[in-house]
Amino acid sequence: MTAIPQEQTGGQMFMAGLKRTRNTMSLLNPRFMFGLVLLGFLLFFGIFGPFIFNKTDPMKFVGMLYDPPSATAWLGTDNFGRDVFTQLMFGIRTSLMIGIIAGTVATLIGVLIGTVAGYTGGMVEEVLMALTNIVITIPSIVILILLSIAFKTRSLLVMGIIIGVTTWPWTARAVRAQTSSLRTREHVDVARLSGTPTLGLIFWEIIPYMLSYIVMAFVLQLNSGILQEAALSMLGLGIDKGISLGIMLQWALLWESVRTGAWWAFIPPTLLLTLIAFSLLLLQSSIDEIFNPRLRRS
Amino acid sequence: MIVKNVKAYYVSGSGPDVKAVDNVSLSILEGEIFGIVGESGCGKSTLASVMSLTAGRTLKVKDGEIILNGQSLPLTDRSRVPKEWHGTMVALLPQRAMNSLNPTARVRDLVIDVMHAHHPEIRPADAVERARERLEQLGLPVRVLESYPHQLSGGMRQRVIAVISTLLNPHVLIADEPTSALDVSSQRQLIVLLQQLLEHQFISRIVYITHDLPMLSNFADRIAVMYAGKIAEIGPTVEIVGRPKHPYTQALIGSTLDLDPRLRGSQVKGIPGAPPDLRYPPGGCRFHPRCPHVMNICSIEEPPAIGTEERFAACWWVKDQVDKLSVEGAAS
Amino acid sequence: MNTTKPEAPMLETRDLSRAFGHGDHMVRAVDRVSFSMQTGEIVAVVGESGSGKSTLARLLLRLLDPTGGQILLHGQDVTTLHHRGELKTYWQKVQGAFQDSFAAFNQFYTVRRSLEKALNVLDVSLSKSDRTQRIETSLREVGLDPADILDKWPHQLSGGQLQRVMIARALVVGPELLIADEPTSMLDASLRVTVLNLLLDLRKSHNMSILFITHDLGQANYLSDRILVMYRGELVEQGPVEQVLADPQHEYTQRLLADVPRLRGKSGVPA
Repeated sequence: MTAIPQEQTGGQMFMAGLKRTRNTMSLLNPRFMFGLVLLGFLLFFGIFGPFIFNKTDPMKFVGMLYDPPSATAWLGTDNFGRDVFTQLMFGIRTSLMIGIIAGTVATLIGVLIGTVAGYTGGMVEEVLMALTNIVITIPSIVILILLSIAFKTRSLLVMGIIIGVTTWPWTARAVRAQTSSLRTREHVDVARLSGTPTLGLIFWEIIPYMLSYIVMAFVLQLNSGILQEAALSMLGLGIDKGISLGIMLQWALLWESVRTGAWWAFIPPTLLLTLIAFSLLLLQSSIDEIFNPRLRRS
Repeated sequence: MIVKNVKAYYVSGSGPDVKAVDNVSLSILEGEIFGIVGESGCGKSTLASVMSLTAGRTLKVKDGEIILNGQSLPLTDRSRVPKEWHGTMVALLPQRAMNSLNPTARVRDLVIDVMHAHHPEIRPADAVERARERLEQLGLPVRVLESYPHQLSGGMRQRVIAVISTLLNPHVLIADEPTSALDVSSQRQLIVLLQQLLEHQFISRIVYITHDLPMLSNFADRIAVMYAGKIAEIGPTVEIVGRPKHPYTQALIGSTLDLDPRLRGSQVKGIPGAPPDLRYPPGGCRFHPRCPHVMNICSIEEPPAIGTEERFAACWWVKDQVDKLSVEGAAS
Repeated sequence: MNTTKPEAPMLETRDLSRAFGHGDHMVRAVDRVSFSMQTGEIVAVVGESGSGKSTLARLLLRLLDPTGGQILLHGQDVTTLHHRGELKTYWQKVQGAFQDSFAAFNQFYTVRRSLEKALNVLDVSLSKSDRTQRIETSLREVGLDPADILDKWPHQLSGGQLQRVMIARALVVGPELLIADEPTSMLDASLRVTVLNLLLDLRKSHNMSILFITHDLGQANYLSDRILVMYRGELVEQGPVEQVLADPQHEYTQRLLADVPRLRGKSGVPA
């Protein structure tokens, strides 16, 4: 490869963004590191745990109803006599997958509506924001329940999408506010003077400037997606095949684990949900601190 | 007021320190307006924050001392700055003070807060009365006391802040680019106000920091020209503007554009290059990479101050000129 | 070559107006402004912040639609152009440079990418080597070394360098008119002069017309042939620079001139 003039690729742009991020990260924020390590540990547990511990079937019966922790079932068994420890590993997988799908869907819709509303202004903005506000005012759990009932099969993907289409308005509102302030920047005017079309302006001149913001919104949506999934599952509206942290809680509730003192059936999934939410919120708040110099120090 | 050997560096987590102010000494006489002029990044605002005892945490004062009104204060340890120095000894009028006012508080509330901070025993009514008197003496409308910040123009806000920050009659007022966000008419009014503050002896001296040499030349008694963290030249205003010695001062004056009709169609020269990165200042004289009169020694050894403490230029070329003159003088 | 009608000025505005808001809250940012300028002329628009001079710049660049009046380029009304394709032909002839060069460049693009984007306004798609050549020529014209600067990111350049790149950005499309909105107000005095000299050189070499917007009468004095004085959205005075500065007619211009600080005690004029 010799002196061929290089096209500036998206890859190089990404690298530059990364370089900036790395520079700011060198301020290393202990909260960010703690959140990252915690989340990494949970992910590792969910993804590689089953192979490491050689427990690859969460539905296998290993004992009787609510066996207490033992050498075979480290965290006891559930109401069907299945291993709670194994279920936890697979539950994390499901919960995170649904969270990621929900977060992605919500972020995509939110960014699309937010940028278009914020950039075009006028009637388009009024209409889009009215729609957003309507979706916000309807309690999302009601839509979720109705949607969940309406679907015959509820796969992981369907669940994720259902949650995503009810939670995007927050992202849309935040993105719209950012967009309306960014579109008055001089570099947007300069790009217009080069004849850049509106979509190009939004995609190349505005979105890059709020990437950190979008990442933050995504993390929040991911978190709320996981919690919404747990809430739906506890109502018996979870995925129809497989196990999730919410479904574990549903069974534990139905089968009176609290009254019978089978703490291992409901405390571990609750604890894991809390830890996931905690690590994500730590990451989210420290992303803010890393990108927003005003919050960085005193 | 004497400021001695100030060295103030910005400490960054990684990489070398930014040597923003390097060994600067000044003495400011009673009753004078002392101007400090320089371009962006020359360290003038850093010097202002050191002199006004308001330096931030990232700024490390390595050395330096202030002697004011017979009291000496080492600058290296900010925890040892006595509380009463703020406001009664030194006061600061910062660049965008007018935008930093609490929008929900009236000016009178601000007056009460300021007075209360230094005299906890003072009654609010007395504090306001004092401000009212002061505004009357300075010919400003007393109704501003009852106004909220948004009801006042930017220029009026800046003047009101100047009055309030000098209510305690500080020995020195440090004004750091106080007019740079104002239009020319408000600029002039603020400067008239500062001159009044001196005349009424509400303050004993003013240090006025700016990048605007033409404006400064209209009211400063003496001027120090700063470049890259050091004083390049010092002298009475007429000397600096009329007979600049340092090549940087000469270039700065040469590139000034005012309303002189002779400028039209002439080819005014700027200064080539850019000011140095103060993490890696050039060796010897810091101006040597841009200097039209650069000599070998300039990049090797720091230039000596040629002249007296009140009127000097730190420059090898100036020394050369002076030496030649004295040789010629001896020969004839 | 243009098919210029000899009688039509290069640029003309007739009662150009722009209001923001409605009813009691309406602000007339630009109020019935009429002026014209010829090819090769440098015209300074002088006013304080809030005088409407930046809004005027955005109107003339067609970044903002007027609420009244016309802009004519070589006698042709361009306020009727709305479609991006039509505006592109306008922007081939009229380009802009702005005050804050750090804000005017997309911080995620290198200088090369920013300048290549600027070429998109041309109708013809140039070959890779033509593009590179145009970009390098423009950079040399503004006194920058292409090899040194093309692959830099905006944050790696100084304010003075970026301002030059911004002028080069306008130059790559070879405009007839450059609308420069306070291009030097964030630069130090010593750098300011070099940018102004660059604008003077461009007028000489390309016969380019420049509308120079500034709050600084000193710069207008040095650079321009004619001065337009704006006050609260209105054009209160216009005329040749020597006439306006020596014998201001409008009361506002007189006050402005009286308040501009002059360098006191200077001996002689620089060569």
